[in-house]
This record gives sequence, structure tokens and C-alpha cells, in this order.
Amino acid sequence: MAISDVKEYTHLTTEEVDQLGRELDALRAEVEESRGADDAAYINRIITIQRRLAVAGRITLFASRWRPAWVAGAAMLGVAKILENMEIGHNVMHGQWDWMNDPEIHSSTWEWDTAQPAEQWKHSHNYVHHQFTNVLGHDNDIGYGILRMAHEQRWHPANLGQPVYNALLATLFQWGVALHDLDLEAIRKREKDPKVLAKQLAQIKRKISRQIGKDYVFFPLLTAATGPANVVPTITANATANLARNLWSYMIIFCGHFPDGALHFTEEELEDETRAEWYLRQMLGSANFEGGRLLHVMSGQLGYQIEHHLFPDLPSNRYAQMSVRVRELAAKYDIPYTTGPLHRQYGQALRTIMKLSLPNRFTATDQPAQPGQATADTQVERGRRTDAERPTRSAQTGDWYSRSSSGGSSRGSSGGAS
Amino acid sequence: MAVIDRLAWARTAGARLTTPLHPDDYLSLVNPLWTARELRGRIERVVPETEDAATVVIRPGWGWRYDHKPGQYVGIGIQVEGKFHWRSYSVSSPPRRDGRTIAITVRAMPEGFLSQHLVDGLEPGTIVRLALPAGEFVLPDPPPARMLMLVGGSGITPVMSMLRTLDRRGTMPDVVVHYSSTSEERMIFRDEVCALADRHDGLTLHRRHTDDEGVLDLADLDTIVPDWRERETWACGPAPMLDAVEEHWERAGLDDSLHLERFSLKLDGDGGEGGTLRFQNSGRSIEVDGATTVLEAGEQAGVGMPYGCRVGICHTCTLTLVSGTVRDLRTGDEYDDTHDSVQTCVTVPVGDCTLAI
Repeated sequence: MAISDVKEYTHLTTEEVDQLGRELDALRAEVEESRGADDAAYINRIITIQRRLAVAGRITLFASRWRPAWVAGAAMLGVAKILENMEIGHNVMHGQWDWMNDPEIHSSTWEWDTAQPAEQWKHSHNYVHHQFTNVLGHDNDIGYGILRMAHEQRWHPANLGQPVYNALLATLFQWGVALHDLDLEAIRKREKDPKVLAKQLAQIKRKISRQIGKDYVFFPLLTAATGPANVVPTITANATANLARNLWSYMIIFCGHFPDGALHFTEEELEDETRAEWYLRQMLGSANFEGGRLLHVMSGQLGYQIEHHLFPDLPSNRYAQMSVRVRELAAKYDIPYTTGPLHRQYGQALRTIMKLSLPNRFTATDQPAQPGQATADTQVERGRRTDAERPTRSAQTGDWYSRSSSGGSSRGSSGGAS
Repeated sequence: MAVIDRLAWARTAGARLTTPLHPDDYLSLVNPLWTARELRGRIERVVPETEDAATVVIRPGWGWRYDHKPGQYVGIGIQVEGKFHWRSYSVSSPPRRDGRTIAITVRAMPEGFLSQHLVDGLEPGTIVRLALPAGEFVLPDPPPARMLMLVGGSGITPVMSMLRTLDRRGTMPDVVVHYSSTSEERMIFRDEVCALADRHDGLTLHRRHTDDEGVLDLADLDTIVPDWRERETWACGPAPMLDAVEEHWERAGLDDSLHLERFSLKLDGDGGEGGTLRFQNSGRSIEVDGATTVLEAGEQAGVGMPYGCRVGICHTCTLTLVSGTVRDLRTGDEYDDTHDSVQTCVTVPVGDCTLAI
């Protein structure tokens, strides 16, 4: 069974699916050709704003024993961390800015301000999530191995704790993400290659020690210079900034594929999938949210999740304009285009988390019926696929680079001719 | 050294605060030249030399070393329409340890959009990327007693750096400069070269305007510079001129005393055997012949290959070899160690290879 057998597009002939693919390819080519000085100026401006905010926040915290300074410092730092993770780090690592040929803003060298090493992120996200988006048993981002997010996932009594796990995941999001590429289940079953595991753990250990050292040791100690009473408030302010970033990125990311209307797929739909069908799956498996320009910048343009999944490596500042065309195409081919205000989209994701903590017999699905596709009767086993079990990868989701020789060297240490 | 050690320590310590970024990433917000992450320079001024040539004076930022050898070139990366493009140009200024700036002299080529941009479109204050000086076309120190410079067109720039150095050090030996240009107006550094010839008895200048006089027939060297065989020779100019010079000197059995500077990359090494090139992390692969560089092959395969000067200078394109052997086309050297860093723009695969990208 191919993806075109799914109800939402059984009305499309193979030719029409191919035509849609060609139209999306044309849109892609159009943007690729028109990338230029304005786009380069955009990312450079965002990076400058983000770094200035971070500096301003850190400096303000030298007076953090004074409550207003604590609030201002934590807020600036929180916003800086959100910008860095969402609009800069995530998008740079997709290769959205590689076309500038600037080694300082390149997917192969970027390291971001969060616990997960960039290299592991590029594997778990660029490859596994973007290529196998919403395919049950393949896309590890469906619940991150912690939450049951689809009726087709087999229920387990442990799922009763979902409301609690969800709150913990939101609070500790960066640490959850840090462990995401390890595949804890494979480790538990002793199926993980010990060499790979050792390397990944070394990378994580190094990254975490630097992250914790910066936020909870060195900066707090430095603020003692303006009075020892600043040390503890700086620690709490930094923790607050990290928490704000965790909650925000958790919420934005859960709006990407879990609102009602974003479909799940099964392995069968991957079979012989053409490029046009991959496009279709991305459109049907993703959900946008609406909002102002600032909201979109603060969420790394992931309010245009559909456009991001169609064109993961095109510059994020173009998604807004592309969304107009993508919506027109969705209307033309009579394909759903899921969107709504942020609170509604997150509300739906949250409702699914709560509902699916119970076995299917207690709940009704909020998803549109999908005959011929994964049904509530389809049961997908837990556990992950290894890369060897996956189809070959697609070209445009953003590369992932293994810097095996350096054991995860920081970009700082490759500092040119110093 | 103690100061440098302390600086290095301060940077390492600073990096604990700025991680995952580098302190320079923040310092460059204050002054764009305060970073050694990538070598940078600021355009100070663009001085017109002739109708279509200009000298670009650049103030390099942190990490630059002013001790280039006279005759070497530098890589320069300019952002045009958002994208960095790299080219190499000979430094025309003499090396000075107390220097603050370097100068390159560029002629706008009809189809060379970057040289055109450098000559016409570069505003003072523009920040460019730089690659450290490189090249073997250099003036020895001390210079040989008798020298011959065969120059065509903008090939004058490295020679100018040598002449200025000899002038500044007051060590001008017996030098003959034969300088060809299409016309007098297009002759870069015309006045300065003449002034140098007037000032130094040892410096003899022959000028030739090829629009009127035609190009130099090397057989005429016997009359123009009768002792050319006894002179160590530097030749820089367009490719046909250099080919002719090379052949002439080879025939005279004098290739050891000839130094050539080509503006384009000449890959002398044997090609590889070709094979299947695999790109480990992107999972892509491509069959290539032994003449296609790893960089070109990667680009053909649709891999987002990093690249810089594309002539083996700037090391921007360096990737880690996972398995197999590659050959450096410039030297014929082979690299086959896992974890070897290879410059993809000047290497070709010898059999099947895998690269970490």
C-alpha cells in the first residue's frame, strides 16, 4: 500500500500527485534562486540581536540580588536562549544557511546552547524525524519514547502516568532531548553498539559539563565580584531562563505534529514512496499555528511547520511567504492544511496526551477517520529501528555530520589561525 | 611568549563562559575585526591604478601575520548577494612586521564578476574574509645577484611586491624587468616602476606595449637581455605567455632557474584512478573518474560541501577521510589514514573512498 491509498488523497490520481510534487519543486527552485543579500542580512541580524541580548542579560545579573535586575536578566537570557535554539540553532543545523558558504554559520560547524550535542541532534532530527515524519515505529519524535501519542501505539499500564511524564518532559525538555538519540530502550536490551554508545555518552558528558559549568558555576561565581549576594540569585535566574526555554520549545514542538488533523502513517506507506508522496506525507503529518511576526521568530518559524517539513533546508525567513503558495496548492488539490491559533493547537496536543494515557476502549479518536490507513486496530510495537533497517535517506532534510575523529570538538577550538 | 600564553589561557577560560560559542563571537560584535574564528579584513580604501585595475587596501583583523614573503598571494572571500566567493590575489604591498594593512591589486576581468566587484563595487568599511598568504613564487632572502622578471599585464602585482621589498631594504641587485602591457594606459604601476628604475642603477626596465609592438618573441631575449641564461627568472602573466616561457627555458635546460606564477590552479600530479566516492553521513555516493576532485564530485552528488578558494589555499573545504585513498593533485601525495584531513578541492579519489560528511 502506498501513501496515495490514504483517504485524504484517494481522490488524487498518480498524475495529480506527481503534478503537486512538481509544483512544490518549482516553488523550492524559485526560493533557492532568489536567496540573496536580504536573507543573509536577516540571519546575521537575528544572530547579532540574540548575542547582544545574551550579553545584556548576563551583565544585568551582576546586580541580580536586586529583584528588578533578576527579572530583567532572566527575561533577556531566556529570550536569547529561545532565539538561539529555535530561530538560529535548529535552522542553521538543517543547513538552511549553508548556501551562504560562511563557515561561521554552517550546519557542519554549528553547536547550540542546549544539552544535546549538535551531531546527535542532526541524526535524530534531520534524518530520523524529518525523513520518517509521523510514521509509527519509525519517527521517534512521536511521543519521544515517553508518551503514547497515537491510538495505534500499544497501550501499557505505565501510560497512566502520562500527565506526570508530560509535565516532567516539558520542564526538563533539554535533558530529554539530550538523551533522545541514545535510544535508551536499545541500551536496556543491550542491543546498542557499545562503541557508538561510548562515543555518544562522551559527547553528551562534555556538552553537559560545559553547559552546566557556564550557567551554574562560572557565571554565578563571577557575579560575586559585585557582591556575594548575587551568586544564588544568578543561579536561580539562569535556571529560570533555561526553564522558560524548555517550556517554550516543548510547547512549540508539540504543536508541530500532535494537533488533531496531523495524520500518522504506518510502515506500509513508506514502501516505494516517491518524492511527491514524501511531500504529501509531510503536508498531512504536520500542523501550523497562526500568530504575529514576533511569535513566528520566537518559535523559529515552526508555526510554518508544514512549509518547514516540505522544505527543511530553505531559509526560515521565507516560510511565511511560501505558506501562501502552499495553502493555495492545498486548496487546489483539496488536501487538508491544518492550522489554528497556538492555544488551540497546543490544547489539542495536550488533550491527546491525556486521553491516550487510557486504553483505546475508553476513548474516542479526535483524528478524522482514516480507512485504508492506520486504524485503532493496528497495533505498533514499541522500540526503534536502527539506521540499517531504514530506507536510504532523502537529500533535503539537512545533513548530519559525524566528527568522529575529534570526539566532538567544539567550534571554538577550530578557531582558525589564532 | 608569556603574553601569548596568557592570552591563550584567557581565551580558553573565556570559552567556558561563552560556550558553545567562542569569545571572539561576542568580541566581533564590538569590532568586526576582533575575531580569529575566520580571518577577516576591513576594506580601507580602493585606489584606482588604471581604467580597469585598482589596488584594494585591507586592514586584517586578529590572527593575521604580516610576514608574508614578497610575491605570495592571499585568499579573499567577499560576500556578494549573501554568498561568500573566494579568489586569490597576489599581495602587491611589501611585507612589514609593523604593518597595519596589506594591499592587493586587481584587474577587472571581462567575465570575472568578483574582480569586477573588487574594482568597482567595494565600499571602504566592507568586511571581507581572508586566507593567510601562500605560494612559492617568492623573492629569496638574500636575493640572487642577477634576476630577470618577465611580466605580462596584471602579473606585475607579485613582482611589484618583490621590487618594493628590494627598494625598501636597499638590497636591489642587478634586476631586469621586462614588462608587457596592451597599452601604456593599461600598464599598472607604470609610474612607480619607472621611478624605481630611475632610482636604482641595478634596475633595468623594458616596457612593451603589445597592441602596437605585438607580444614578445622569446627568441629576441638574446638581444634584449643577452645574459638571460645567467639570470634567475621570475615570470608572471597570462597562461599562453607562461607556457611559452616554460617551454623556452626547458629547451635551454634552465628550468631550475625559472619561477612561474600562474593565476589559475595547475594540477601537475597524476590523476587518481577514480572509484566510488561515498559520503558517510548523508548516505550519498557517486562514481567518479580520476580527474574529478572530491569537492566537485560531492557537489555533483548533491552533498552540501563546504568550499572556499577552490585552489587549495584556504582549507575551508577540508573534510575527514573515513576510508580509502585520495591523491593531492598538486603534489601527487597520497592520503590513506582514517581521520586524515583532506582538502577536497585539490584531491581526487584513488579507488573507492568514504568521507565524513
